[in-house]
Amino acid sequence: MADLKLRDIAKSYGEVNVLKDIDLDIKAGELIVFVGPSGCGKSTLLRMIAGLEKITGGDLEIDGVRVNDVPPANRGIAMVFQSYALYPHMTVRDNMAFALKIAKQSKDEINAAVEKAAKMLQLTEYLDRLPKALSGGQRQRVAIGRAIVRDPKVFLFDEPLSNLDAALRVATRIEIAQLKESMPDRTMIYVTHDQVEAMTLASRIVVLANKGIAQVGTPLDLYERPENEFVAQFIGSPAMNLIPGEITATGALSEVTLENGVKAHSSVPTRDEDLGRKVNIGVRPEDFKPAGAADSCFTGKVAITEKLGEVTLLYFEPQGGREAVIAKLPGVHNGLRGTSVTLSADPDKIHLFADGRSLLYR
Amino acid sequence: MSAIAGQKSRLTWAVNISVVLLVVAWLVPTVGLLVSSFRTTDQISQSGWWDAAFPVEKAFRDRVSADGETQSNGLYVLSGDLLTNGQNAADLKPGTKIKAFGTSGIKPGAYKAGTSADLGDGGTLTINSDGTYTASSPTSFDGSGPRVYFEAELPPAFTLANYREVLFSDGMGQAFLNTLTVTIPATIIPILVAAFAAYALAWMQFPGRGLLIAAVVGLLVVPLQLALVPLLRLHLEIGIGQSFLGIWLAHTGFGLPLAIYLLRNYMVGLPRDIIESAKVDGATDFQIFMKIVLPLSFPALASFAIFQFLWVWNDLLVAKVFLPANDGSKVMTVKIADDLLGSRGGDWGILAAAAFVSIAVPLLVFFSMQRYLVRGLLAGSVKGG
Repeated sequence: MADLKLRDIAKSYGEVNVLKDIDLDIKAGELIVFVGPSGCGKSTLLRMIAGLEKITGGDLEIDGVRVNDVPPANRGIAMVFQSYALYPHMTVRDNMAFALKIAKQSKDEINAAVEKAAKMLQLTEYLDRLPKALSGGQRQRVAIGRAIVRDPKVFLFDEPLSNLDAALRVATRIEIAQLKESMPDRTMIYVTHDQVEAMTLASRIVVLANKGIAQVGTPLDLYERPENEFVAQFIGSPAMNLIPGEITATGALSEVTLENGVKAHSSVPTRDEDLGRKVNIGVRPEDFKPAGAADSCFTGKVAITEKLGEVTLLYFEPQGGREAVIAKLPGVHNGLRGTSVTLSADPDKIHLFADGRSLLYR
Repeated sequence: MSAIAGQKSRLTWAVNISVVLLVVAWLVPTVGLLVSSFRTTDQISQSGWWDAAFPVEKAFRDRVSADGETQSNGLYVLSGDLLTNGQNAADLKPGTKIKAFGTSGIKPGAYKAGTSADLGDGGTLTINSDGTYTASSPTSFDGSGPRVYFEAELPPAFTLANYREVLFSDGMGQAFLNTLTVTIPATIIPILVAAFAAYALAWMQFPGRGLLIAAVVGLLVVPLQLALVPLLRLHLEIGIGQSFLGIWLAHTGFGLPLAIYLLRNYMVGLPRDIIESAKVDGATDFQIFMKIVLPLSFPALASFAIFQFLWVWNDLLVAKVFLPANDGSKVMTVKIADDLLGSRGGDWGILAAAAFVSIAVPLLVFFSMQRYLVRGLLAGSVKGG
């Protein structure tokens, strides 16, 4: 129902730049997830969209109207806070009705809206309780209900699940996904640091890093075709392995000679002028598979193994002062610790990064 | 925070002992005052309030009445009852016991009650502990009974006379009403003003906010005595003069720095998310203040109300300066200081009753408001709350 346009959005506190050059188009009905490491400004960006933080540069448009200087209440947004932010002295019903009462709607309208939202969130029997008599999950549902009653054009979620325990988090995540499905025309922006939430909920993910946007794309885009090393390592767990090498053959199938002389092949196309270029190959731990010496791309001594049942994680001894290479092999593997293991990966699973940027995008 | 607040300190015993000491230190004089206010001046001067439940010994002088002399066995006899017919009958309540008596002022307690004293010339005097006496003499008493001295044990006596006098006959009732007239507006006005100011200083952005807060903190340490004379002159010049309106304004001014400081510190501690959530919900600053911040600040409002109420109620200085000196507008503290301590400094019963009347209302206020001082009003609003 509502498009959002962010044009060169910037935020600075005095001399300190927190965000700059944020350009983003959000289409109506999308569920956009902002992810990024702590302190990357994702919550700040959300609060700027909400109108709780002043935008110090650029333009924000909701539905084609510039709203930089419009107060939060008139932007057609509703926000769900990380800490729930329920009004502790009001019952669930009054909490949900608060915004409508402020907007001077009629009693019947308010009641109907509250009842409808309560039914949707299974809160009907708690309507007359105070927030302190509710569990964490119920409080979060009230907070979501408070947003729904206002029937906003854009929903904003600020890490809504981070205060819930693991089981409840999964359940509430699914509820949010269902909520989105029941309101397909509503735009939602969701901030989280949990990449599982990002991968499962998002129609598109915005990875924020280093004061700007690192990449925007669908979850699988980010996973399969990361634009840069940051996104490559941020999405996926454990993080993607980066191993330095040099391009020794170019073309549709590139050949990279790694430090230890092993030749790895990647389906990322390279040009003639790339010959001899220093690159990092990127391999996800789950893309490694045991191999013979012939087509290997990595050999190392296993320092630690972690058996999780469905998979076994191998941590190799670090080489050349870099982070330890990690491999994730399906099934249970015993007796690998201390032994030397050779691994390979399919050419289309091997990413190439030069100066931190993927060679796929240029 | 809950980890720190919930932890049992190893010094719990020290806390408990201090609390007990404090309670004792405050309760003992209060109870003493209460007990004294029910005793007569005589009893207060004879024994401490802790002896109030026990009899008081007091010495009396009397002369046996010579009326009704009879003759028996050749002796002239006088008999009667010292408690009901003697000169001290007014002081000797029923139940008084005579412990000892004597016939000269040098040895007033020479004989135990019930024994006979030698009056000389064959005369004897017997006084029983219930006050009945028999004096006999071989010669006629001739209209002049013997002088007697006796030590009597007065039973404990409690009386409401002090209160009756203080409340109804001494103008204290008017003073009580005056104190209420001063105290109630002087409590409400500063709270009303300070709550608005505190919200603005805590949650509204405007230039100079930090300076204003600093100024309020600075005003906290200015002694009010400094302002008495200039303020009174100002009141006289603008026509308020010495009046109730003047004292309301004075107390409001003197109370505001503390009120703003206390309330602002409380309000600034309210969860930011709640206030922002209300903003997103479309509430104006005024609506946020009225519907969210004010109800949640109730404990702080109650604390300050108690502070201000007690301070204004017990205030003597400001009342002396800002109220006219005529009898009709004296508050209780002035009344006690001027009338009771001045002209009746020895009348401890009245003083104690007056003092107790003046602390009764603050006690009432404290006990009725103290339940609002409990914490936990924010429970359930934000995580961990």
